[in-house]
Amino acid sequence: MSNHGAPKTGLWSWITTVDHKRIAALYGFSALLFFVLGGVEAIMMRTQLIVPNNDFITARTFNSMVTMHGTTMIFLVVMPLSGAFFNFLTPLMIGARDVAFPRLNALSFWVFLFGGLLLNFGFVINEAPRGGWFGYANLTELQYTPDLSADFWAMGLQVVGLASLIASINFFVTILNMRCKGMTLLKMPMFIWTTLVTQVLLFLSLPVITIALVMITFDRHFGTGFFNPGVGGSVVLWQHLFWVFGHPEVYILILPAMGIVSEILATFSRKPLFGYSVMVYSTCAIGFLGFAVWAHHMFTTGLGPWATTFFVAATMLIAVPTGVKIFNWISTVWGGRIKITTASLFGLSFVAMFTFGGLSGIMHSSAPIDSQHQDTYFVVAHFHYVLYGGAVMGLFGGIFYWFPKISGRFLNETLGQIQFWLYMIGFNMTFFPMHFLGVQGMPRRNYTYAPDMGWDLWNFICTIGAYMTAVGGILFAINLFYSLKKGEKAPADPWDARTLEWTIPSPPPEYNFGIEPTVTHLDDFWHRKYDEEGHKKQLPPPAKYDPHAIHLPGPSYWPICLAAGLTCGAAGFFLKGFGLYVSLVGVAVILISAYGWAYEEA
Amino acid sequence: MSTHLETNTGVDNRKFAMWTLIGSECFLFGTLITNYLINRNRSVTGPTGQEIFNIDLTTLSTFDLLLSSVAMAFAVYYCKHKKLRPMQWSLATVALFGLFFLGFQYYEFSHFLHEGLGLSTNVFGASFYMLTGCHGLHVAVGVMIISTLLIKSLIKGEAWFNDDVVEICGLYWHFVDVIWIIIFTVVYLFVYV
Repeated sequence: MSNHGAPKTGLWSWITTVDHKRIAALYGFSALLFFVLGGVEAIMMRTQLIVPNNDFITARTFNSMVTMHGTTMIFLVVMPLSGAFFNFLTPLMIGARDVAFPRLNALSFWVFLFGGLLLNFGFVINEAPRGGWFGYANLTELQYTPDLSADFWAMGLQVVGLASLIASINFFVTILNMRCKGMTLLKMPMFIWTTLVTQVLLFLSLPVITIALVMITFDRHFGTGFFNPGVGGSVVLWQHLFWVFGHPEVYILILPAMGIVSEILATFSRKPLFGYSVMVYSTCAIGFLGFAVWAHHMFTTGLGPWATTFFVAATMLIAVPTGVKIFNWISTVWGGRIKITTASLFGLSFVAMFTFGGLSGIMHSSAPIDSQHQDTYFVVAHFHYVLYGGAVMGLFGGIFYWFPKISGRFLNETLGQIQFWLYMIGFNMTFFPMHFLGVQGMPRRNYTYAPDMGWDLWNFICTIGAYMTAVGGILFAINLFYSLKKGEKAPADPWDARTLEWTIPSPPPEYNFGIEPTVTHLDDFWHRKYDEEGHKKQLPPPAKYDPHAIHLPGPSYWPICLAAGLTCGAAGFFLKGFGLYVSLVGVAVILISAYGWAYEEA
Repeated sequence: MSTHLETNTGVDNRKFAMWTLIGSECFLFGTLITNYLINRNRSVTGPTGQEIFNIDLTTLSTFDLLLSSVAMAFAVYYCKHKKLRPMQWSLATVALFGLFFLGFQYYEFSHFLHEGLGLSTNVFGASFYMLTGCHGLHVAVGVMIISTLLIKSLIKGEAWFNDDVVEICGLYWHFVDVIWIIIFTVVYLFVYV
């Protein structure tokens, strides 16, 4: 079935699309919507904490905000926003026409979206999850959370996790199997390398949380006692299972941003990425060691001296490849002709803020110090420096960098730079004082504090910083909608960049490459444009091709049906009485969709 | 459907995806098996594995599953050599032996239930049911996929020899079988150690 006659606009075309670029847009847009939600949750927490003994929100609401802010930002913002970049860039950067399994790609988006809605459904019936993003046992047991909130959390994450699993297998196969001629592994752009390692982390760590979440669900619905010490279960087992997944997850969040920043810094310094192969090896080393450090989240549970020593050593070891990367980024920029744009500002701030977060991270690797920091605001400061100052800043840099390619128009630079400075100053105002609050002993996740603790000033500054960030966020939203309609038109290669996606028009045609590219170098496009001395070469005129001869996969509505079936099956766990029937309907829809899918001609 | 794209590794995309999925499944079953090993002696009430396992029956069902893997190997072989009838008979044997295995498991579970080991009786039982139940689910999915292949080949006849799809199903089926061998060792034989 050829889709050259199919409509390219309208709601139905978006629902049935299997084009990786459109799926990327869907991922990005949904992630930004969830970003608003997670941001509002953060603002509500900071408003509650602006003065001591505040009663802006109740303790119960505050717990929901803590839980859903963390869960949303991690699973529904940073992961899918990275997913948007995987989707958009992977085929373009490796010179392919689409991913290996276009329909599976659509499936993972719809499963993600429905799972995200399921996760947030608790707000509608005032039973939002409130057991923390880590859902520690036995808070999630029926005895302590008798309402449905823990079910929304467990089943929502289950569905979202499935989406990531499907996507990770898809991208893993795409990168290893669909590269264009001449693109050997060590000629792949850095972003593709970090994407590849991220997919490995995903498909190896997600099964662990899948089982852990099933165990919670069994404990709650079928009376098993995995996390109930009264019948022989263990609460620490949950922590192990959660962090065996949870620590690779941290690298799942940061590695894509590292890849993005590597591309941005090389382009805007007009120099190749310094120590490319070392960067590749350190990415792999991070991926490998990422599985061996989970228990540094659990030093205070009493692991025993040998286990503690091992995890201290492994945690210190993982700082080495990370440090190598930081030196490489600095060396990339060093001596380059740096062009200051919003994208490069975000890229540079990533390196600075991530280094900051890395330094407090090294402090936590020491078990005795960690025991002092455990559950204080110092930890909050640390992981916001790596995940917000790091991952989110990097992702914003990526949005500003690739927006011309995605939409064919530039984002507004003036608004962008104002947003950047609001973010930078607001972010540091919010999270730097948290280091002080932490060492002064202010505990995390508490909905209020007493006035005589000496914490008033820093908390006030934190909250004002959060408001500045919110203003920056609003500016970005304005910028996005304004630039989509009225932004300055972008040429094919607006930044004088290095990788294959800039060789084709902005926005790219549906088939990406008219003629499948062949590469001979790392940063092949740069070598086509410049000779060894850096003089501009004459580019040959683009070759002629017939766009109608290119076969593309047809649109399909089975992915969204299958995703709906999965969500329906999971939702059955929330309904008393007829829940089983809802789940069975879900299973029936899954089966019908799977067979419809299998018999559809791709 | 059968337009073969050239791939960098020379391995078909779908086969590569199956290998990747198997890698992921290793961690899934790894977690379940670890969970079982942690919990098997932590129960505060009975019955325990020593009291309840029937090694003769489980040996028989293990043998049955191993035979199904042999049949699967034949199916892949006949598919490669374009022999329709033997391939269909082999696939039917795989599905049938898979169903037998599920029957054994159904009998075993209901027998245990009768002996007083429910899902919520103790943590040994809970982790046992979760591990073997998850494996059973994989067998069931395998039986469904193989039946679908069989029906497709019966309808399309000589025109349908999809080497790759049969081989990919074979990969999955053998993996599920290998996992069972580990489960058989860890769950049913470790009680003698």
